[in-house]
Amino acid sequence: MATAHTATHNEASHDHHDHEHHENFITKYIFSQDHKMIGKQFLITGMFWAIIGGLLSLIFRLQLGFPDMDLEWLRPILRGWITPDGRLDPEFYLALVTMHGTIMVFFVLTAGLSGTFSNFLIPLQIGARDMASGFMNMLSYWFFFLSGLIMFISLFIETGPASGGWVVYPPLSALEQAMPGSGLGMTLWLIAMTFFIASSLLGGINYITTVINLRTKGMSFSKLPLTIWAFFLTAVIGLLSFPVLFSAALLLVFDRSFGTSFYLSDIYIGGEALPNTGGSPVLYQHLFWFLGHPEVYIVLLPALGITSEVIATNSRKPIFGYKAMIISMLGITILSFVVWAHHMFVSGLNPFLGSIFMFLTLIIAIPSAVKVFNYLTTLWRGNLIFTPGMLFSIGLVSFFISGGLTGIFLGNSAIDIQLHDTYFVVAHFHLVMGSASFFGLMAGVYHWFPKMFGRMMDARLGYVHFWLTFIGVYLVFFPMHYIGIAGFPRRYYSWTGFEFSNMYTDLNMFVSVAAIITFGAQLIFLFNFFYSMYKGRVASLNPWRSNTLEWTTPLHPGHGNWPGEIPAVYRWPYDYSKPGAKDDFIPQTVPLSATPESNLPHEQELVKLEKEIIADEEAVLVADESKES
Amino acid sequence: MYGFLIIVGIVLLLFIIWMVYRIQTLVSVVKGSDKKIASGSNKVNAFLFIVFMVVAGTWMIWYSIKEYNNYQLPIASEHGVITDQLFWITMAITGIVFLITHVLLFWFPYKYQFKEGRKADFYPDNNKLELIWTIVPAFVLAALVIGGWKAWSDITKPAPENSHVVELMGYQFAWEVRYPGLDNVLGENDYRLTNASNISGIDFTDKNSFDDFSSPVVVIPKGEPVLFRIRARDVLHSVFAPHMRLKMDAVPGMPTRFWFTPTKTTEEMRAELNDPEFVYEIACTEICGRGHNAMRKELRVVEPAEFKKWLSEQKPYIVNNPSLVADLPIELKELADITISEHK
Repeated sequence: MATAHTATHNEASHDHHDHEHHENFITKYIFSQDHKMIGKQFLITGMFWAIIGGLLSLIFRLQLGFPDMDLEWLRPILRGWITPDGRLDPEFYLALVTMHGTIMVFFVLTAGLSGTFSNFLIPLQIGARDMASGFMNMLSYWFFFLSGLIMFISLFIETGPASGGWVVYPPLSALEQAMPGSGLGMTLWLIAMTFFIASSLLGGINYITTVINLRTKGMSFSKLPLTIWAFFLTAVIGLLSFPVLFSAALLLVFDRSFGTSFYLSDIYIGGEALPNTGGSPVLYQHLFWFLGHPEVYIVLLPALGITSEVIATNSRKPIFGYKAMIISMLGITILSFVVWAHHMFVSGLNPFLGSIFMFLTLIIAIPSAVKVFNYLTTLWRGNLIFTPGMLFSIGLVSFFISGGLTGIFLGNSAIDIQLHDTYFVVAHFHLVMGSASFFGLMAGVYHWFPKMFGRMMDARLGYVHFWLTFIGVYLVFFPMHYIGIAGFPRRYYSWTGFEFSNMYTDLNMFVSVAAIITFGAQLIFLFNFFYSMYKGRVASLNPWRSNTLEWTTPLHPGHGNWPGEIPAVYRWPYDYSKPGAKDDFIPQTVPLSATPESNLPHEQELVKLEKEIIADEEAVLVADESKES
Repeated sequence: MYGFLIIVGIVLLLFIIWMVYRIQTLVSVVKGSDKKIASGSNKVNAFLFIVFMVVAGTWMIWYSIKEYNNYQLPIASEHGVITDQLFWITMAITGIVFLITHVLLFWFPYKYQFKEGRKADFYPDNNKLELIWTIVPAFVLAALVIGGWKAWSDITKPAPENSHVVELMGYQFAWEVRYPGLDNVLGENDYRLTNASNISGIDFTDKNSFDDFSSPVVVIPKGEPVLFRIRARDVLHSVFAPHMRLKMDAVPGMPTRFWFTPTKTTEEMRAELNDPEFVYEIACTEICGRGHNAMRKELRVVEPAEFKKWLSEQKPYIVNNPSLVADLPIELKELADITISEHK
């Protein structure tokens, strides 16, 4: 059944490649069904959102670092959100925090990262002409675009965008009386997220189907690059968890607009007692975090996959423990579904459940630790080339360690009592999830830019960008641990109202300055990106001397990726510096029978099997030739 | 005028950076260094990792020691001592892991930076190593979990019978504090009874509510168990008493609780910190709207004898506002009137 399917696919795509493509501007750049173009669309849109999300954070960092600053100069943009005495409106502050979170988590690190690299790399690295369904893939982008458009509009409405925190817990988010942002802004948030979920599901189904069905000859699961394993598992997580977020949002829509009481009970607000009884706000938290926690891995796993590939390539060494890496990713995938309630230790959750979730949460630290040790061992005795992609990958490992270790505090329910909802949590997830994933995204862009645009990005600007960002991120988020231990609560417009938190104004100022500089450093990247796209040095076919399939395509692969046959795969993607080999890399397309000098004993056995694949290939070639003549 | 000059300055600066960048690029093309596998920058980057490690590491350790007394809030509850101990044990273990992994992570790039003619080790796997670094973290984490689980079970077990009950009700944007009075039993409440003179929605047809009273400050005795009964009447809030290491969400429609034993009176803490202004505070840590950062309540810990005296001085709701019980059925009204007269 599967073979039959592959055969027809090959035939179809072959025919499709032979006749001329008539692409106009709209089908090529806008409603494109080419996975490479869709990947680039996701990337550019993600970059746009990253700038918006970053700018929003700068505005609230101004408030936190310089509470006495006259913000009158922002009035031309923010209008009524600047109070008459030149301050930021407290409700707008909450809106900024909310939109920063929503944008960064969903639009930048989910769509911008998974959307870009799953789309771009899956067909190229498994040897497929395109995604299983190009049309669904196109829909996936345009649903995302629509979602972004609605979210963007919500920034400009009079009552402001959603302001109840990115988790939008009811009843705050359900009741318009509770805050202005819970009115139209919240409605738009819910509509935008609905489209976003549809987009994620369309994308995810495609990624999974493509990886399972469209691998080229010889590309067994045990020969897949770790990037593909990561994208595949990410898509599985998304497919299982996003629908639950949808159900949470749907029930919230019912509560908001149709008078139901899923999350509402015993509420007296705005001078009247509401009729709702019997609902539970904690139910929403369960549903939300059932997505919310796996979401952490949805943004992190692709980054880890990219890092595995970039570190192995630039260490000129096989990734250490390929199988262990896959097993730990599988472990993370499964465990990510059974740890959600560690976000709810002090929500009024049954303490017994709290104990269970503490056990499960700390178990998930084990596969994460294995991954870190494997990265370190990959670096050990390598021959390291510090391309910008490599630098960002090493930076990612550093953030993954720093932020991961603080997770051990927060996963321990007894310690979490004090740290919950303080800046310690903010520091933790900005390092382990925000910055680590962002660095994965950057590593990916620098590494695959030559494949995307056929040109190289400037390496020196990349170095400057890396060092400013790496140091900047630590300067922004590391100090937050201290104020978190001191008990500074999250989402506070100002801390001066309390004696225990009426300190560290200098530290907050320092963090804000560091944030501004770090944001400024991203402009170097933006320049480098767009300049190199048009004026960068023309790339060679395999600039990093890498083993994976995407580097066997032409410099500017057309729709269909390979002219002629899709290459077959004979070995795993990590044959770097193999003893006996002439070069320090052997691409996946080189048969074992062609490298008797470097084959390991068990590989000699496989040479026999390989002959069948080669014979098969030749038969196809002969058939093609006879058809042509 | 200044604005214009600044803009001109910025434009000039950008132009100079641009020129330097172009010249650099052209020079590297002429020298052919862009054709090399690894240029001179490779050494610089490798070295910078070491610099970063030394500078950032020293700075971190120095600042952590210097600021210890600022970020480590004094502890004023029995369970707080245990959770802080767990915190610092975890800090020690993770701190060691943090240092070791980071030293390796930054030293390897320096040590194994690219050298012409050297070949990397082909070292794809080692099951024994994988096993070691699966099992060792598993044991360490198990130890941490067991410690945390014991502490958590103790903290969350039912409050002792003799606990002093205090009700904290969150609303936008303050806390309403209700004491059960001499019977130590809070009267029933129903949110539909809430109005301007009955903020907590107390049901005064319940006799237990007659001696309930409100207080602008949360007063609790030192050394005796205190049970916070926590609820909210509009949106989520969260009771956070940082010095007590106490936090619990206030949920509309689902009362929650947290019990603890304070160990130091406000006076004792003032003496210890040498700060005559010191007060314990309660803050809100669940986003609740515009005034989220302003839900301050003072928490005052006093000696048990002083607490008893304070309790006896407080006037119940119905004494301060007899109209609350004006519409009660006659038998209850008589009982209420007795309570009122007792307090006069």
